[in-house]
Amino acid sequence: MSDQTIWGNDLYDTLVEEGVTLFSYVPDGGHKVMIQRSLDDPRVRSVPLTTEEEGVAMAAGAHLGGIKAVLLMQSSGAGNCINMLSLVANGQFPFVCFVTMRGTFGEENPWQVPMGLAVRPALESIGVVCLPVERPDEVAMTARAALAMAYKSRCGVAVLLSQKLIGAKAF
Amino acid sequence: MSSPTLHRRAVLKTAFAKRGDALAVSGLGSATWDLASLGDRADNFYLWGAMGNAAMIGLGLAIAQPERRVVVVTGDGEMLMGLTAMTTIGARRPANLAICVLDNERYTETGRQPTATGMGTDLAAVAAACGFPKTALIRGEAEIGTLGALLFEAAGPIMAVVKVVDEDLPMAVPPRDGGYLKTRFRIGLLGETAATLP
Repeated sequence: MSDQTIWGNDLYDTLVEEGVTLFSYVPDGGHKVMIQRSLDDPRVRSVPLTTEEEGVAMAAGAHLGGIKAVLLMQSSGAGNCINMLSLVANGQFPFVCFVTMRGTFGEENPWQVPMGLAVRPALESIGVVCLPVERPDEVAMTARAALAMAYKSRCGVAVLLSQKLIGAKAF
Repeated sequence: MSSPTLHRRAVLKTAFAKRGDALAVSGLGSATWDLASLGDRADNFYLWGAMGNAAMIGLGLAIAQPERRVVVVTGDGEMLMGLTAMTTIGARRPANLAICVLDNERYTETGRQPTATGMGTDLAAVAAACGFPKTALIRGEAEIGTLGALLFEAAGPIMAVVKVVDEDLPMAVPPRDGGYLKTRFRIGLLGETAATLP
């Protein structure tokens, strides 16, 4: 487990540098630093969502309007997004999300395991490219790769932040 | 409650006379055919799927384009599926966003099965409870004159629910290629260079 105050801040700064001005999130402990930075930063807008699929649709609307958005969510939220991702696939919308993983490495809450295992096959089956990250020094470069791919190859990209990176929770 | 007497396309046509340069998003099914029936335009983004979050596409667009009016036209089934969007929009309160629900209390496309709006759910009341500053439940001819001003002028977010007749209407079919609709919309709004280069 690494220090989120380092990679989280680094990731946030990278996203803003790359032109992201709209953040949306359903909270997770692994996104705590990024969420707080986005709420405190007058340069960006940060929208708390009620359910994750709203963030997929909002990012598409943001792209129609000419700004860059990212969605922050936990692995359980990836399942909520599946049908809404048909919008990304059909419209060839750029879409970038950061998924903090549960249920995969050292998970102690059995209820997190099924969706944790399903994240990658589910996202890939609806056309979203998954880029897993396990080391803190790979976070920012993966974010850049995700944005480049989403906006230039016009597709959905999910950066999967592993439990090796964020740590496994006991509950 | 008396049966609805308003006709969805006539209501929409009257209200959209005030459209000006407003951007429009339509929810799948009847609302998309209704918006297309007024004439296809680049600044219409029609949904043919992705049920439940037309309003959230509207929110993203309204945040990106704070100087432009954004109007989402959708049906009761689509809005019910994305009820959570009302809490999100109510919390954010974008002044330039309006949602118009053409409510026939039916899932029209799938065989006219009843929706919850005919069994107790009042979408305007839900929006008010979520913090929308202005909501309306429109049933009568006399109120139709106010709909255009609500959708295109009043400080939002607006939720205007119009109870409409459950009727068979010819499909007015707009383009269905999502990539085309997206790029056409962006070229119109942002110009060709910004819209086509990442």
